[in-house]
Amino acid sequence: MTEAVLDIRNVCKRFGDNLANDDISLSLGKGEIVALLGENGAGKTTLMSILFGHYVPDTGKVLVGGRELPSGKPRAAIRAGIGMVHQHFSLAPNLTVLENVMAGTESLWHFRSGTAAARRKLSGICQRFGLTVEPDARVGDLSVGEQQRVEILKALYNDARILVLDEPTAVLTNLEAERLFATLKEMAREGLSLIFISHKLDEVMAAADRIVVLRGGRKVAERLAEKTNKAELAELMVGRKLARPVREPSTPGEEVLKAAGVSVIIDGVERLKSVDFSLRAGEVLGIIGVSGNGQTTLAHLLSGTVGRDRGELLLFGQPVGDLTVDEAVGAGIGRIPEDRNEEGAIGEMAIWENAVLERLPRFSRHGLVDRQAAQAFAGEIIDAFDVRGGRPPTRTRLLSGGNMQKLILGRNLIDRPRILIAAQPARGLDEGAVVAVHARLLEARRAGTAVLLISEDLEEVMALADRIQAIVNGRLSLPIAAESADATKLGLMMAGEWNDEHEVSHAL
Amino acid sequence: MRFERREHRSLALVIATPVLAVLCALALAGVLIAIAGAPVMEAYWRILVGAFGSRLSATETLTRASPLILTGLAAAVAFRARLWNIGGEGQFYLGAIAVAAASSQLLGGLPAAVQIPLLLVTGAAAGIVLLLVPLWLRLRFSVDEVVTTLLLNFVAVLFVSMLIDSILKDPMAFGWPQSQPVADAAVLPKLLSRSRLHLGLIIAAMLAVLVHLVQSRTVFGMQARAAGLNPAGAVFAGVPLGRTLVTVACISGGLAGLAGALEVMGVQGYVTTDLSPGYGYSGIVVAMLANLNPLGVVLAALFTAVMFVGADGMSRSMGIPSYIADVTVALSLISMLTGVFFTQYRISR
Repeated sequence: MTEAVLDIRNVCKRFGDNLANDDISLSLGKGEIVALLGENGAGKTTLMSILFGHYVPDTGKVLVGGRELPSGKPRAAIRAGIGMVHQHFSLAPNLTVLENVMAGTESLWHFRSGTAAARRKLSGICQRFGLTVEPDARVGDLSVGEQQRVEILKALYNDARILVLDEPTAVLTNLEAERLFATLKEMAREGLSLIFISHKLDEVMAAADRIVVLRGGRKVAERLAEKTNKAELAELMVGRKLARPVREPSTPGEEVLKAAGVSVIIDGVERLKSVDFSLRAGEVLGIIGVSGNGQTTLAHLLSGTVGRDRGELLLFGQPVGDLTVDEAVGAGIGRIPEDRNEEGAIGEMAIWENAVLERLPRFSRHGLVDRQAAQAFAGEIIDAFDVRGGRPPTRTRLLSGGNMQKLILGRNLIDRPRILIAAQPARGLDEGAVVAVHARLLEARRAGTAVLLISEDLEEVMALADRIQAIVNGRLSLPIAAESADATKLGLMMAGEWNDEHEVSHAL
Repeated sequence: MRFERREHRSLALVIATPVLAVLCALALAGVLIAIAGAPVMEAYWRILVGAFGSRLSATETLTRASPLILTGLAAAVAFRARLWNIGGEGQFYLGAIAVAAASSQLLGGLPAAVQIPLLLVTGAAAGIVLLLVPLWLRLRFSVDEVVTTLLLNFVAVLFVSMLIDSILKDPMAFGWPQSQPVADAAVLPKLLSRSRLHLGLIIAAMLAVLVHLVQSRTVFGMQARAAGLNPAGAVFAGVPLGRTLVTVACISGGLAGLAGALEVMGVQGYVTTDLSPGYGYSGIVVAMLANLNPLGVVLAALFTAVMFVGADGMSRSMGIPSYIADVTVALSLISMLTGVFFTQYRISR
């Protein structure tokens, strides 16, 4: 390590009874990438908010280039060369990239804005770090990955020497994440220092030079990336040995759901192109693919929110027309949507309301909601699925992501559904919650539920699925048996390269 | 200074907010009264006397509150499902003219027990029709209903103005543009003799309770709330979004139309273009003041009516412009919106 550009010394911060940061020290060298690893609530974001002047620490101080930073002053932090890229972007979608980057940098009293100079500076930055963005594009038209690049550019435009990224990959697809890490490494080579916050083991191993592990507000370990491994980090992060469960061999039962040549067209675009699959009781069928290849449509089709345009869907051997949500739920299809905040739960409603909203026919009589039964049902879920942080009347928004997902799993699994459509069930969860979700899925499989697991996480699919199909651009590959799958083969399948004839014999 | 979302909203806070908002508005309006050169407490006392001081003023206040309850409910129901019905005024007028037309042209001969219910349904139906048009435009073409409902107010008032100057014009009105009166059998029974207070108040209060029960107890109420809070989540949970919004629109437009019908049948007997002193728009204020709670709407409507009726009395006896009532109601709305913000967020350092 060369000289430290940033020194965080003995920072403590308490919120009420909660000690969010307990005597944390951290230093960052020039050209270094440090990952701040920890579960949700470990104190990562609090620490970075102190660094950026959003919070005032109770004790401790922050030194930048040897000089102490006045606490609680974001402006001072920016002037000292600290740039922050938040998890939720703060961009104006109706303005162009250039306008967004310039926003806040100009005095209100200047009659002319220095657009030309700004454009030169921006294109210089773009070239230097290999960040390609069209400066005159409207930000609202950009993809999420590009918007994040604009956020980074904004920080660089303010002459940031130290860049902090809060869970930068949470909103990105795998491909975009890889590009981001390539950019970060390029920036480090150019002499910038970076801190990124994450709870994903893969990416800290892939991108960081040094890894600082936080747990329960304390710094529990610091490791060089080349001298540690994922297992050690997982244990440090969670505080106990934690292994993701893996399926045991079993024999699947009869076929419960079958799609034959199903196509779905949405707004004139064919999102699913003549897909075939067969799902049997007591097995997990993994659908692997990079986001945006038709997974969402497939999940919606089987959840009853989208109709099909061609082909046939057989439920328990019977052809079904366009499945409605009530029919799907009534027929014993459990549904875990890929976006739990948008679709899975209504944050402003109570936990009990979210527990019963999709099964109101069962919890109402003559159009009146049976509140007592509904609250009891929610209470059962909370107990059986270990949902922490709320009782039935609590507003659902107050639950953490993992607990919200447990609630969604619980309302679907508590009555032993015959089929479970699980779309990205562990996305964005911390390691402890991932393990819990996986265990529940395998438990359902043991109990005879047919699970359709839609995921872009190779490891997840390989650990849980009995058979695997890839989805690419709306098409499904033929299934391969999990035993014959490895990362290389699945990677090829996700890229759209599969050998139809050979694999069929393998799988059947 | 930054704002953090509150994790818990205590009941005390929710109840205290409108009370504090009203007190705050009265304090601010007090400054204006003082500038106008009148003793502030005396002025507020006059407002109370003006609103409740005599049998006549008290019944007048309640008469004024009845349509406000209904238009307030109309706005509250719609807003809760995120259907921005700003068209209460137009729906009010269409309900009114439908009743006048039906009673004077078609149903006038029927006995009161049959005619009154029929007319109430007619008025509500007219309001519903006027709201279903913008809703259809929204569902079919995603046209913003704020704009369409607002502009339809002017269309409705001009349409009424045309009717009462042509085919529905009362030939006995010495050339004034007013509609033919409703039949005698269509006039609502008075609650108290020698006053304008009519059955409408009871109907409005009962509907407030009914709307409250529908929203808090029924499947429809829960689905409508879900649809308003998070449409994508509601669709995933199987809420029929279109059908739910149509039902909401029927309730909302129906309530506003009913307000117009009751005003014609209970108070004026015929339609003019000044039948409503902005009941439709005030309904929006009432709904916000009540934080969209149907039972709160009754209280908010009462407050607004007190201010309007009382300010007239105050202005007569103290020589202050009665606009102070408008100002106070507007200030209480601003205070309430600020207050609601602070029930959801707290200040943090």
